[in-house]
Order: sequence, then C-alpha cells, then structure tokens
Amino acid sequence: MLVANTIRNTARLALRNGTGYLWQRSAPTNLTRTFSLGIAVRQQQDVVSVTFVRANGDKIKASGKVGDSLLDVVVNNNVDLDGFGACEGTLTCSTCHLIFKTNDYEKLPDKPGDEELDMLDLAYELTDTSRLGCQITLSKDMDGLEVHVPATINDARAA
Amino acid sequence: MLQKLLHLTSRRTGRGLSSTALQGERICIVGAGPAGFYAAQLLLKQLENCRVDIVEKLPVPFGLVRFGVAPDHPEVKNVINTFTKTAEHPRLRFFGNVSLGKDISLSELRERYHAVLLTYGADQDRQLEVANEEQAHVISARKFVAWYNGLPGAENLQPDLSGRDVTIVGQGNVAVDVARMLLSPIDRLKVTDTTEYALEALSRSQVERVHLVGRRGPLQAAFTIKELREMLKLPNVKTQWRIQDFEGIAAQVDKLPRPRKRLTELMLKSLEEQKSSSDREKHFLPVFLRAPKQIEKSEMEFSVTELQQNSAVATDQTERLPAHLILRSIGYKSSQADKDINFDDRRGHVKNIDGRVLKSNGSDEVDAGLYVAGWLGTGPTGVILTTMNTAFAVAKTISEDIKNQIFDTKSIKPGLQVEELPQTVTWKHWQRIDSHEQKLGQAKGKPREKIVSIDEMLKVAGI
Repeated sequence: MLVANTIRNTARLALRNGTGYLWQRSAPTNLTRTFSLGIAVRQQQDVVSVTFVRANGDKIKASGKVGDSLLDVVVNNNVDLDGFGACEGTLTCSTCHLIFKTNDYEKLPDKPGDEELDMLDLAYELTDTSRLGCQITLSKDMDGLEVHVPATINDARAA
Repeated sequence: MLQKLLHLTSRRTGRGLSSTALQGERICIVGAGPAGFYAAQLLLKQLENCRVDIVEKLPVPFGLVRFGVAPDHPEVKNVINTFTKTAEHPRLRFFGNVSLGKDISLSELRERYHAVLLTYGADQDRQLEVANEEQAHVISARKFVAWYNGLPGAENLQPDLSGRDVTIVGQGNVAVDVARMLLSPIDRLKVTDTTEYALEALSRSQVERVHLVGRRGPLQAAFTIKELREMLKLPNVKTQWRIQDFEGIAAQVDKLPRPRKRLTELMLKSLEEQKSSSDREKHFLPVFLRAPKQIEKSEMEFSVTELQQNSAVATDQTERLPAHLILRSIGYKSSQADKDINFDDRRGHVKNIDGRVLKSNGSDEVDAGLYVAGWLGTGPTGVILTTMNTAFAVAKTISEDIKNQIFDTKSIKPGLQVEELPQTVTWKHWQRIDSHEQKLGQAKGKPREKIVSIDEMLKVAGI
C-alpha cells in the first residue's frame, strides 16, 4: 500500500513540474461536443471540475483530470489551503482531510483502507463522510463535486 | 552575550543599512522546527511587506523533523519540502548557529525586531522522580532518539544494549518509536538515515524483549493506531499483550469515540490472535496499570495501579520487570533559553495566552510584540498537524495584532546582520551541508548520512 503510494507520489511530483496544465485554468466543462479536433475532445472529456468549500462558506473552483487525486487538484491549481498535503500523499498525515456530502461519499468506488482510517482518526472535525484527499482519484462522474475543507486545517480567518 | 555579535551599538539605530532598512514589519522567529517554519509560512503570506528572520541554535534547520521523527518514517519528513520553499522566500532569512541566550539576548532581539516569536521547542525531559534514576542504565528516550538521529552532542550516549530486556516507561509514540528501533531487523534500518554509529551499536544489540509500561489501562493508551499497526507488522517481532489488562475492555468498545474505538479494537484483535511464542522471535510487551516505584540494578519495580475516574492510583501490590536498560519516556519539557523569558518552571513552558507571552510581573498582562508557538508554548503534545495548526493560529494572531497596531511597527528596525555574526550558517551554507550529507548517504544506500559534529558542519558549509 505504502509502496504503491510512494510510487504514485513520485509520479505526481514529476507531473507537478510539467507545464501541460494550461487548459486547467479556464477549461469550462460540458463543452465537449463543440470541439471538432479529436484530441481537444479527449482532453475536455478528461477534465473534472471540483469545488472546495471553506468553513466560512467561500467556494474555490478548481479542476483536474481523470486519474488525478484531490490532493493533485489542490497542488496543481495552487488552491489556497494552508498546510494542505503536508506529507505529499504518503498517508502519514491528515492535512488533506476533506468532508464529502453523504451521497458523494457513498458513490466513491474505494472504501478507505486501514492506513487511511488510521490517519483520519488523528484529524480534527472527523465525520462519517471524511476522507483524505490524497486517496480520492478523480473519475469523470465526479465532475461538479463539492467537498468541504474542515476549519482547523484552514481557519476561516485566513481567507 | 556578545561573543559573536559585533558592532551592535553602532548598528542599533539602523542608519546606513540602505539595502535592508525598507519599510515593513520585521519579525524574528527563534527556532527552525515545524512551529517556526509553519508560522513563517503564514506570516509571509498574510503580511505582504513583512520580513522574517529565523534564528536557529544549530547550524542545521528543521528541529524535530530532523532530530525527532524516526528514521524509518521518511514520508513524515516530506514537510521539509514545504519548509524549504518557505526558507527560499525572498523575504525570509535563515540564521543558523545563532543561539538565543548565548550569542544574542532576547532584549537585543526585541530592540532589532518589531515582533519576536519563540518556537525553540522542548529540549528537556520529565523525570520519573524515583530513587536511582541517575544511574547509568537509566536514560531518557529523548536522548536515545537524539542519539540515533544524530543530534550534535548526543553521539556519546553509548546506550548499553548488551542485555536481553529493555523497559520503557511511558507509552506515547516516542516510546513506541524507540521500541521499534530496538526491535527492528537491522537491515530495515540500514536504508534509513539512522546515524552510522547507531547502526553499528544496534547491529551488536542483544536486546530481545522490550517492555512498554504505562500507568493506566488500554483505554488510556497514549500511542496512536498507526504506530501500533506498524509494530504489529514488524518482521520477526511478536507483540504479546497481558490478557488480564483487557478484562472488561471488550464490553466498553462500542461506547468509545471512533479513534479510541479503532485503536482498542486493534489491540483486542491482536490479543485474540496471540499464540504462544517461539524462541527465535523478539518480543514487544505492552504492560498496563503499572506505575514506576523504584529502580534497581537490572530490574525495575512498579506499583500495580487501579483506575479511579481515569487516573491511576497505586495499590500496595508491586511487580518487578527485568530491565537491563531503562528508557524514560514520560514527556518532554522546555527550558528557559534567556533570563527575560517568562517561563513556567513547573510546567516547563512559556507563560502565554493563545501564543501571546505574558509579562513577568505575575499579571495576566500581555507583553506586546512577544509570542510563543509550538511545544514551547503548548507543552509537548500532538503530531506535526497539531503543531501546524497552533503555529498557524499564532501567526494569525501576530498579523491581527500588527493590523490593529497593538505594538509599534512604524519605527525602522535593523534586524540582525550576517556580518555581525561571523559564524552564521545561512540558507546557502545549509544547502552545502544538505547536499554533502545526501552524497555521503548515497554511497551507503541511505537517503543521507547526517553530519553530527558542529565543527564539521561549519567546515562543509565553508565557514
């Protein structure tokens, strides 16, 4: 588990230094059909938009592509969440703690493993629908997902 | 006090410092551990003109991330990447090898900065306060951790690992880290940044049984579930619980909050699966409901305790555990680095309210412009996440106090100057030490080989 994660993390670090993310900034979703170029269509289909809701209600929109983790989305979009992802996705901290709506939580394909639950047990404001962002992989049907960021990770006053 | 600090008086007014005497708040952070770096990160973000200097006693940064986090937990050390980004911020400077109370005083820092934030952590440990504690076979877990992690000054500890039984008093995560280091197969440690002398000593270790003793019961165990799970998975190590410690525990599981529930369930599961042991294995032996009573040559005597409203009360019964080596792991405390720090000797931390340090006159009055964060302010509890959150909170408090003009930030403050402190290790110097250590490690298949001697650190840095 850890090994797999470390490998994935290394891959992500490599990606982070890349520059192929221009389309992420402005890409509106659901416009796939208007594109005629095959490659553009494929890219558009891969884009998943996610909204992070802070404790004070502020919404931060971001997007990633299928296969990215929610931690990748925060890192690649420079989403302003102080201290998020301290261990860089290696399941040794709980700073990427996110709270899902019950419906969304139940739809997640993989249930949290022991190691993830162990770290969540150390998180503040733990709920029944809490997950670690580094363990959630984006799929196309997550497009439009809204997740809450607990206040203690990112105090409302920081906004 | 001024051993290294030259020209203080001539520079005090800040005249002639054209390149550095810009407008903006000058903040000095004392201590380059997680609390200091996290506070710096947020201050730089929230106060767009502020300039932050981090002063660190050692030539090398990162505090307990380098010298506390276990070598076999390299993922936890990933926070160093974030700290490095903060250190390379154009409005931050690192002053390594500058010691508060020795090279510079608190009053000197306060003259040179608008605000000072103390984050120098906890470098002492709590005593058992039983007879014979000063004997050579009783050492603190803090020193043992410092020894295998290469803290300058800890390299000569020479823990006696020639006996079969080690008894660790305390059941926190530091205690479990130490137990794991003592029981781990040596090949597992050889690929970590454990110092070479510690690897050598551990490879000759005769330790086979590590007792982990706590005053209270399984429901009050201080270790966290990740550390326990790791111990249960350690190759060739068998965890053996005492069945009597778990009387009545299973019936209470359902009422527990989730984290405590999962931890207790894991202990119960491990207890259930426990088989009689084979002789070849090493043993991890958690022992509950025992309070330290006295220390003898190769034994330790404990009082059997009873739980009364969650606290352990000693009974007349006692038990002796074999203990060739005794490791005390019942908590850290801080020390008073400078005479002007309002320090609570009993609790071992700086007196403060929400990170604002109180005046020394015994009142509840805040000493405006002086702050504390991390273990120095909160006491030694929690994981890095806890320290991150409290350091962020104190940084926000500082930013708010500055915005509300609680103390002067308009006058020009000179800050420290590298030229005044000739042996300062700057960030560039640290980068040289860092890459040298990594190169040394690479040759041995380790992430780094830490330099332990301060003189050698300075030499490698080119100072």
